[in-house]
Amino acid sequence: MSTDVKIPQALTNTQHAAPEGVKLPIYMDNHATTPVDPRVLEEMLPFFMEKFGNSASRNHSFGWAGEEGVETARERIAKLIGANTKEIIFTSGATESDNLAIKGVAEMYREKGNHIITAVTEHKAVLDTCKRLEKYGYRVTYLPVQKDGLIDLDDLKRAMDDKTILVTIMYANNEIGVIQPVTEIGKLCHERGVIFHTDATQAIGKVPVDVVKQNIDLASISGHKMYGPKGVGALYVRRKNPRVQISAIIDGGGHERGMRSGTLNVPGIVGLGKACAIAQEDMAKESCRMAGLRNRLRDRIMGKLDEVYINGSMEHRLPGSLNISFAYVEGESLLMGINDIAVSSGSACTSATLEPSYVLKALGAGDDLAHSSIRFGIGRFNTEAEVDYVADRVIETVERLRELSPLYEMAKEGINLKDVKWAGEASH
Amino acid sequence: MSYSDKVIDHYNNPRNVGSMDKNSADVGTGLVGAPECGDVMKLQIKVNPSTNVIEEAKFKTFGCGSAIASSSLATEWVKGKTVDEALAIKNMDIVKELSLPPVKIHCSVLAEDAIRAAIGDWKKKQEAAKPVAVEAR
Repeated sequence: MSTDVKIPQALTNTQHAAPEGVKLPIYMDNHATTPVDPRVLEEMLPFFMEKFGNSASRNHSFGWAGEEGVETARERIAKLIGANTKEIIFTSGATESDNLAIKGVAEMYREKGNHIITAVTEHKAVLDTCKRLEKYGYRVTYLPVQKDGLIDLDDLKRAMDDKTILVTIMYANNEIGVIQPVTEIGKLCHERGVIFHTDATQAIGKVPVDVVKQNIDLASISGHKMYGPKGVGALYVRRKNPRVQISAIIDGGGHERGMRSGTLNVPGIVGLGKACAIAQEDMAKESCRMAGLRNRLRDRIMGKLDEVYINGSMEHRLPGSLNISFAYVEGESLLMGINDIAVSSGSACTSATLEPSYVLKALGAGDDLAHSSIRFGIGRFNTEAEVDYVADRVIETVERLRELSPLYEMAKEGINLKDVKWAGEASH
Repeated sequence: MSYSDKVIDHYNNPRNVGSMDKNSADVGTGLVGAPECGDVMKLQIKVNPSTNVIEEAKFKTFGCGSAIASSSLATEWVKGKTVDEALAIKNMDIVKELSLPPVKIHCSVLAEDAIRAAIGDWKKKQEAAKPVAVEAR
């Protein structure tokens, strides 16, 4: 006796026709990077050929034009986060900003202490930087996160001691989009005279960030996550209450107040500045639209599929961000089935290390759900029609793969998968 | 990562998807892998008791496209083979046929394990059945 599962012809990969108004493939991986906004590109273009001057050239109009572009950008970035222009240092991107902030503080405040606090769900730019510092005699506490992806403020309080010089906790997570209680963290740090750095790469331009009100001392910023160009970023470095000092990690011509030498990437910086100006103008409206699309996607998927789990807090979350685990379906196979949609997965199969996402594992949901996760990053250029198409494709592909899944079959038979003695467990 | 045409073909049109009665004496079931590792394969064979030929094979797989393709191919290959012939299928044959990249070799290993587990299960059932058969005479 056998039961055959018919795979409908319509579910094959390449046969899908785009619905009215939808152009395939659809990009919905805006946590990874965003396209450059046309308004940003337009502002950048003159700085390649016409105004190509080195912003450090003080003696001719070419240099002055470059400097003007840079300083306008500096003002725009500062304004977006409530900072002073002198507090913005340009870098090559958020990874460099994270390195500069953490290593810069570690070296500068070595006399004061050697303890750094971060969280297990941080970006590798922070985690690997901290790991390197451990080799040089620094002590690092990696705070766990709760089920919703947020750190427990009591854990942070307990972790702080008289040797703590830096707390580095990201503003919003790149995988699950959850927003940490940054204001409260900043307050705790300032009460204890500890410097607070936040990797705000995913947050700036998406949600309001105010470095003064939130007691942020250092903030990493990236251009390409907010419709600016790649290869440019910034670090906010507080200048008063308290004045934060950092050692440079790149030495040279003394650019950027000696904190980051190297000829400035003028077109990139101009682009980052414009991206900030647009974000400032459109944020309220845009975040509302993003959250609407995100919720639409969630509701459509969850309305049709059972055993679908949202990873991370829904309440404290970036507007365009949705990370879902589809039980009994492996993430990479799902990506393969929706190959005209660009999203990403926390599945081990999509990573070089064959380890599932450490962020999802940290939530304690179990490796199986990490393998089954998909990250949707809705951005400025996504439309409602695209969201509907994505939801439909995801639903039909999950349904198809569940028919293929022995786990789904076992679950339907009432077998608790946690009780099964898996043959593969011993070898891993 | 790009997939070979054969992997895509098996993913889009998996062969022999389904389940057979795991309690049937002629059916051997192999369940290998673990959800935590991202791959679980269930492969079932139905063996003709007088010829030892695998007449039917079915699979269900939780795993990436390469895992689905490996198990789909495995069911195709074991069908029509005797149990001993099927045991001779090696994971590297699957790797070759599907042009699996090095990071996906474990998928082929799992498929080979699934074949062995299914045959092992069937053999166990045969042995368990033997004494009963003797007594009946």
